[in-house]
Amino acid sequence: MSKIPLQFRHNGRDVAIFVDGGTNLLVALRELIGDMTPKFGCGQGGCGTCSVLIDGELHLSCLTLAETVAGRSIETLDGMKQGPNLHPLQRAFADHFAAQCGYCTPGMLMAAKALLDRNPSPSRDEVIEAISGNICRCTGYEPIINAILAAASGRVSA
Amino acid sequence: MAVTVKTFASASEAAGALSSDRTARYLGGGTLVMRALNEGDVAISTVVRAQDQALTRIDASGPRITLGAGVTFARILAERDLAFLHAPARSIGGPAVRNMGTVGGNLFAPSPYGDFTVALLALDATVAVAGGFGSRDTPIEEFLQARERQAGTLVLSVSCTRPASSEAFRYRKIARIKPKGGSVITLAAHLPVSGGRIAGARIALGSMAPTQIRARAAERALEGRSLDAATIAAAASAATEGTSPSDNALGSAWYRREIVGVHLRRLLSGQD
Repeated sequence: MSKIPLQFRHNGRDVAIFVDGGTNLLVALRELIGDMTPKFGCGQGGCGTCSVLIDGELHLSCLTLAETVAGRSIETLDGMKQGPNLHPLQRAFADHFAAQCGYCTPGMLMAAKALLDRNPSPSRDEVIEAISGNICRCTGYEPIINAILAAASGRVSA
Repeated sequence: MAVTVKTFASASEAAGALSSDRTARYLGGGTLVMRALNEGDVAISTVVRAQDQALTRIDASGPRITLGAGVTFARILAERDLAFLHAPARSIGGPAVRNMGTVGGNLFAPSPYGDFTVALLALDATVAVAGGFGSRDTPIEEFLQARERQAGTLVLSVSCTRPASSEAFRYRKIARIKPKGGSVITLAAHLPVSGGRIAGARIALGSMAPTQIRARAAERALEGRSLDAATIAAAASAATEGTSPSDNALGSAWYRREIVGVHLRRLLSGQD
């Protein structure tokens, strides 16, 4: 089976790889590009931990055929930090104990970023809706919701 | 296992590739086909795609609306003219799934999924599928009855008539997890009223049979009557007729039969 050449933007940088037919974007990111921030959870679209932004829109990378992102722009958690500084959302997650085991965190942060990029001051219900496709088995969600609301209102430690 | 991906510029070429290969599946939003590939489904060895603009077109200006098969639920939610379809679109997945999942794919989503199709069935939609020469229109009920044999056909679009009022079309999804979760039961009702009486009632149920079905006995109980307490009670008690739900992690068949009438009564009487 021949490999398919694929080029896209990954966190603002052009990348070019060869993928097998049927490879999903999560495998392409983790195994071919070495970006380990999107996680493999269920492989079925049920958990949300593989969430990435494709042209600014929240998508599940495990259910995205890699070659469909040719020429498009992919953002992952790896591109979120600003130089040596954490992104305000990351800072808020740390301040509010929004991560315990941390496995859901990459997906939660991308879902939160997708929300705040469009709606900088969301209501609590809008936050709940925005992370409704992401499962967390540790926190009971409240610290995550509070962290996103804190990041939105600028209540984040330096 | 690697699969062969075939990408076509037009839907008709994709339809040809799909019909000539038993192991081919059409890739829409990926939420069904990629999931099957991730699970190692060896029955799929070819994935067919089409980059045809016609598949993502929305025509919502007139009394009859048409949604391209590749229209996502997020796009329906962004369309003010499609407000009557916002409740079913919003009831599906989280934001990422709504950005990916499509109207056409939902027609193939097995129970406990396929909620949007329940709404389309109550609205008596027409499914346009690509045939040997051009496209042909199939009533959605006929399409669903033959769904097992439809893997080789390409859905082009779905169309339905806009309900006369927001009262005339109602939708309710019963899920254990809110705001996101698989369906215990999904109900939709189209209740056109003429001279104070219901004329052409359509009740559709999801997760009450292997595919989405119409509750014909409940429809008969409503037909020609006004929507009063006695009529609603008669429809609710007829709700289980013709159903064959199954057990799954979200609910048993027994439980679904027990509660479907309760939820139909609430839907018809406008309760939350």
